[in-house]
Amino acid sequence: MTISDLKQSPPDSVKSKINWSRIEEADDFANTVKLFRQGKYDQASFRRYRLQHGAYGTRMTGDYAMVRIKLPAGEIYPDQIEKISQLSEQYSIASAHFSTRENIQLHWVILEDVSEIFRGLAQVGLTSREACGNSVRNVMCSPLSGVCPDEEFDATPYALATARFFLRNPMAQNLPRKFKFNFTCCEKHGMVRMVDVGLIPQIREIDGTAQKGFKIFLGGGLGNRSFVGHQLEEFTPEDDLLYTSIAVMRIFDRMGDRKNLARNRMRYLVNDMGWDKFQNLVFKERAVVRVTQSVITQLKVDHTPDVIKRPIQISDENGGETIPDGYARWLKTNTVKQTQEGYRSVFLTLEAGDITASQLRGLADVIRNFSSEGKGRSGFSQNIALRYVHEDDLTRLYSKLLENGLAKSGALTMTAPIGCSGTTSCNLALTNSHRLAKEIQRKFLELKLDEDDDLGDSSIKISGCPNSCGQHGIATLGFFGGGGRVGKDMYANYQMSIGGRSDGDTMLGQTLIRVPAKRVIPVILKIIEIFKANKKSDDTLKSWINRVVNGNEDSEIKSIADIKKTLEPLIIPPTMDEDPDFYLDYGSDSSYHTKTGKGECAA
Amino acid sequence: MCCLTDTVKITTDVDSLRSEIRDKSVRVIDVRREADYKQDHIPTAVNLPLANLLSDDSPERVLKLVNSMGIDDETPVVVYDDTFGALASRVAWTLEYLGHSDVTLLDSTYSHWKSLGLENDSTVPEIQSKEHSMKLKPDILATSDYLETAKTRDDVILIDNRERLNFLEQHIPGAISLPYRTLASNDKILRSKEDMKRLLDNRGVTGDSEIITYCGSVGTLSGLAYYALKSAGLPNAKLYVRSFKEWKNLQKPTEKQEDANYWDLSAE
Repeated sequence: MTISDLKQSPPDSVKSKINWSRIEEADDFANTVKLFRQGKYDQASFRRYRLQHGAYGTRMTGDYAMVRIKLPAGEIYPDQIEKISQLSEQYSIASAHFSTRENIQLHWVILEDVSEIFRGLAQVGLTSREACGNSVRNVMCSPLSGVCPDEEFDATPYALATARFFLRNPMAQNLPRKFKFNFTCCEKHGMVRMVDVGLIPQIREIDGTAQKGFKIFLGGGLGNRSFVGHQLEEFTPEDDLLYTSIAVMRIFDRMGDRKNLARNRMRYLVNDMGWDKFQNLVFKERAVVRVTQSVITQLKVDHTPDVIKRPIQISDENGGETIPDGYARWLKTNTVKQTQEGYRSVFLTLEAGDITASQLRGLADVIRNFSSEGKGRSGFSQNIALRYVHEDDLTRLYSKLLENGLAKSGALTMTAPIGCSGTTSCNLALTNSHRLAKEIQRKFLELKLDEDDDLGDSSIKISGCPNSCGQHGIATLGFFGGGGRVGKDMYANYQMSIGGRSDGDTMLGQTLIRVPAKRVIPVILKIIEIFKANKKSDDTLKSWINRVVNGNEDSEIKSIADIKKTLEPLIIPPTMDEDPDFYLDYGSDSSYHTKTGKGECAA
Repeated sequence: MCCLTDTVKITTDVDSLRSEIRDKSVRVIDVRREADYKQDHIPTAVNLPLANLLSDDSPERVLKLVNSMGIDDETPVVVYDDTFGALASRVAWTLEYLGHSDVTLLDSTYSHWKSLGLENDSTVPEIQSKEHSMKLKPDILATSDYLETAKTRDDVILIDNRERLNFLEQHIPGAISLPYRTLASNDKILRSKEDMKRLLDNRGVTGDSEIITYCGSVGTLSGLAYYALKSAGLPNAKLYVRSFKEWKNLQKPTEKQEDANYWDLSAE
């Protein structure tokens, strides 16, 4: 043995038990791209193939793709984070992006390099297979599953088993349209009534024994037209979880509208048919599935508990217990207590989900050194959580995060808006929703709005077009992009809605008013101002808006129309001469015009 | 002759370098800053900070430097840095341009050398000056004039080694983007030959073409790419050593990716 064979032994690192990848898919993809470039595949069939493997198109060019890496149940391990960091420097823009559905995306990847990314992902057991296209998309799970004080049991193993069952499963390769599962922890953390299949874990006493099962919601979803899901039945026992999933997918597969691409998500089928009829079909189909499936068709739910082991702290270089500036604010707005005594879950504040390659390396390090479960969990709002951080380690963790530029406050408040990728990379986008989310965050943190308890449970979500990737429909304050016009001059203009929510009382936001991009921040601040003037003592912005949109408010502001009236003076467009900046979208120095390419969603 | 290129040695691994140092059969050049070099370096290495070379890299000056480092036409030279091989590549390329044929790159960085616990010292070796000849190799150099005509040819591939965002924002028309990070593997400055060949083959960069590399300003990142191409068995490579900085100063045409706000997707 020579010295150069000696490897430094890495610090203790937990690795994923599941290998989601297939290395042969890298070679296959590389060859298919070559054949496509040689004209041996037509555009349409190549696009379907590309999407099935998780490579999405890019704004105004066929040369680049976005690779969407799935994190089933949101789990991500330190070696995987380091690999993604490396891949982002090699093949992307040296930044990666956490999505709203627990994926990590690499943008502006040269199509010919996509297979190299697959190769790298295979080294750490990750895949982008079926992250796009008409398949079962990443199976989500609440970032707090397993640690949430309000949950009945941890749904994570069921989310992982569901992901495993459907990945590369022949029955899920050519659905009428994409299909999404969300598991959650509890009603409050929600996100189960705005998705094809949403599941909340529940325990029932049946004949004196506790039985695990789920509350299942079907037919919800956000998009050009959004719907709230319906609860299938009081209680679905865990043995019926797979049968129900298969039954629902079989109905969708058979009856989904394959002709009309714009409205073929399952929620349209449910809406067209009526819930009662759909519900009955599910019960009948499930009975058939139960008796016709082989006994080996099962979810492989791994109940082995994770090892919880507080990482050994090697040295405490400064010795003293100096508490860094900003710690209290961060502790309040970025961390939550777990069920487990002495531990907290820590959410990192990212800007609209973006993280640099070097921050990713820092993150991997921080997980190894501070998370007693040794992995991260990506969340519902373009972010990531470290869980099982011992309370005694929090100040040191905060210092480490400061070093990596990851210690910004406000992760769990309204000051961390969601912004879809918008005109930074998406063909369908009309506005730079991504940058707008960052601008709002910077301004609101500067104003310390994250410390305001009245705003803590509200949310801001922004899409760059009506298609809802930014989930504006379930935001307290939601926005989707479009264009406005004064004479021949155009400007970026957002449709604003209020009162959306995704918890136990899920509802879609109500249309409020159109707000020019450069007026969004003043408009939000104005709403906060009128809320403060009219609130009852224990109101939050969310509860107050909820009363207004439901017609239950008795102050001076009684309705959406009243709010609209107070905002109208703010949205009057100035002339080009008065304020040329008004006519530029965020992040752009040339005059605004709408420009879109072909969407990939309904390919 | 056709197979000769496959055997061209581009890098020297750590074990070989150690034995060559023991045999006193090699001149090692450390291209880090003088202060870093003085602290510690690979035993017997001489210091040639890149900035020093770049202050005047005319062949006459380079010849003087080479002579003063005790390098004649037959001296095997190994160059290393502490970045990722880019600075070392620029120095190695300069020697090659002067006509020195036996120059290779240490296959990893000085940090890696130290992390392996290998010997280092702070002694500055005493060097006896030597006489090197000057047989310039213009075929490994691309000037802006050359590039302007060459890039219209079908058999010429122009590679931009800057980061992707810089490429999207502005590049020489017709260039393809191959960020310098793509060239390395985990702890080696260049990925394995097989990996490199597969990557380049996917991108249509094959043996039949003349390939010109460039980067931001002084030909470091693209210098590394120059050696990456050679390591993959593509001998017909040229370095546009004055790179994009000169191209822009000369106000030659550039191209950009239109209609997308990609910068806002970066967390920088």
